[in-house]
Amino acid sequence: MSGLRLYALVYLAFLYAPIALLPIFAFNDGTVIAFPLDGFTLRWFRELPQTPALVASVRTSLWIAGSTALLSTVLGLCAARAGTMARFGGRDAMMGLIMLPLVLPEIIVAVALLVVLLALGLPLTGWTVIAGHTLICLPFSTAILGSAFRALDPALEEAGIDLGLGRAAVFLRVTLPLLMPGIIASLLITFTISLDEFIIAFFLTGTEPTLPVYLWGQLRFPQKIPVVMALGTILLVISVVLITLAEIARRRAAARATGIDSGA
Amino acid sequence: MPDQTNTDAEAAPAGRCPIIELSGAHKHFGDYHALRGIDLSVGAGEFFSLLGPSGCGKTTLLRTIAGFEALGAGRLVIGGRDMAGVPPNRRPTNMVFQSYAIFPHLDVGQNVGFGLRRSEGSRAQKAVRIGEALEMVGLAGYERRGAQALSGGQRQRVALARALILRPDVLLLDEPLSALDKKLREQMQAELRRLQRQVGITFVLVTHDQEEALIMSDRVAVMFEGRIAQLAGPQELYRHPASRRVAEFIGMMNFLPVIATGDTLEIAGLGRVPRAGLRSAAPDGQGPPEAGIRPEMFSILYPGEQTGRRTAQGTVRETAFYGDMTYYEVILDGTERPVTISMKNMPGRMILSPGTQARIAWDAESVTLFSAAW
Ligand SMILES: Nc1ncnc2c1ncn2[C@@H]1O[C@H](COP(=O)(O)OP(=O)(O)OP(=O)(O)O)[C@@H](O)[C@H]1O
Ligand SMILES: [Mg+2]
Repeated sequence: MSGLRLYALVYLAFLYAPIALLPIFAFNDGTVIAFPLDGFTLRWFRELPQTPALVASVRTSLWIAGSTALLSTVLGLCAARAGTMARFGGRDAMMGLIMLPLVLPEIIVAVALLVVLLALGLPLTGWTVIAGHTLICLPFSTAILGSAFRALDPALEEAGIDLGLGRAAVFLRVTLPLLMPGIIASLLITFTISLDEFIIAFFLTGTEPTLPVYLWGQLRFPQKIPVVMALGTILLVISVVLITLAEIARRRAAARATGIDSGA
Repeated sequence: MPDQTNTDAEAAPAGRCPIIELSGAHKHFGDYHALRGIDLSVGAGEFFSLLGPSGCGKTTLLRTIAGFEALGAGRLVIGGRDMAGVPPNRRPTNMVFQSYAIFPHLDVGQNVGFGLRRSEGSRAQKAVRIGEALEMVGLAGYERRGAQALSGGQRQRVALARALILRPDVLLLDEPLSALDKKLREQMQAELRRLQRQVGITFVLVTHDQEEALIMSDRVAVMFEGRIAQLAGPQELYRHPASRRVAEFIGMMNFLPVIATGDTLEIAGLGRVPRAGLRSAAPDGQGPPEAGIRPEMFSILYPGEQTGRRTAQGTVRETAFYGDMTYYEVILDGTERPVTISMKNMPGRMILSPGTQARIAWDAESVTLFSAAW
């Protein structure tokens, strides 16, 4: 085995081994997070639905993530369209601005938003979290949809117009169906980002904590930790599934828009 | 640069009323002047080609007619209606795109029926029309095929059916055959021509292949750098090119220096001819004139063969056998640059090998005088 390959393996192990601990202790029949293990149990998973605050936070997170996904995908669609197809002054500056949250530390974004919201006198609710999450999700949806637009042969839209349809009809009957895999990828990715996000949610949330915020609060109580790990395991599985689906959708979008026959 | 456009040919040919009339058309892309004053008139039912090298503005001109590019200056009239401000979906034109632009998410039937409006009959009536359109392009029964599973030639046919089903006044085709291999291309050339006669729709074809333009078209506009250099029928274009540049672009032509001028000219390697009998392409007085003559207008005589034609002497330098034809490179006595001579291979005719002395026959009528500067 070459040195580089060994390095890569060790690197990956350091990166992902802690995540493997999550399911291990979620099924461990003991409250202490330490080896040796005490035996297999589903107890912690059974305890999950019996914690009302936890169920409420899951519900909050789901609707915040859903709204964020919808909002940032619609906005990303507009931005990607303008960024790839239109020619106007300040376009590059606009695209740069949209991508900015990608490189800004989240804590700075969160504090800045909090200051603005307080200055405006707006109450902190689920909507303020959605606004913050949309801000940090927009670079992702814009990038995903931008590549979907770039893969689209512009002659397809022109052909739609040439065949007698108006711009709106062409968008609905040609552009949207061809972008659909990209749109689905964007929805899944932004949903996942919002579901996992902690810092902005922590600063901007009102009386209804999101799931990550609730979990962070529970870490102070050692006897609750196995339950948290059980929940973490479920979230891990959901995240992996969503990201995998998003990647499949994204690849299909690329293949479809260019007309490359990938499967059949 | 002199205007070498053949003004007589700009008008639609006799017996056809004009369907497209374009006058003084200019188009700028930023600083780039893509169309520099185009005047042309296409007759109804005509097969019209735009021919020119890459970047000369053929696609731009076609997209202008389709309505995807607005004219900077000039006037476009289609079917008697001024097209200023009319969007592509309201023009009586349809386009076959170079990439074919087949909708990948729809099947063949849905592609072909894409432009049919909801008002245009019932589902069953539309299905019949789609079937007819597919039959016309030789794809009967392909309705349920996925667009992704089509070959290049089939895509092109779907694109044709999708446009023709709408019965436009004008069908615009942007290099529709350039993506096909040679055999299929030749087959589609004949088929397009047959289809055009059958439906009687005006076709405007963009191509950079001069052979294709000659084979298929009623008339051809040769374009260089955003201008029309010559607009004429295929025979006129080949026999009477308006400039040296057109002559070089259409087919092959030999150019020989003209040594002495006056009432009697001396063409290098060919000898003296009276000026009066020769056709001139460009106006005189622009640099030294040259004599142009096509390869097939020479013939190599059998040893001892009698002829009433003019003759010259030369030496074969190179022989290229093409099956039906043989191409010779011959150095005429007293010259250095070889001329190309093509001979049909006939029974009893020997293929000459390099180094052979040859007697060559030619006629003053097949010579065109060009000014070296254009
Ligand atoms: N949208 C555009 N923006 C800027 N320049 C353009 C645009 N479209 C065309 N041009 C320029 O105009 C010129 C003519 O382009 P056009 O596509 O009409 O050429 P063409 O004759 O069709 O060539 P080809 O045979 O390569 O397709 C080219 O120099 C091209 O770079
Ligand atoms: Mg072109």
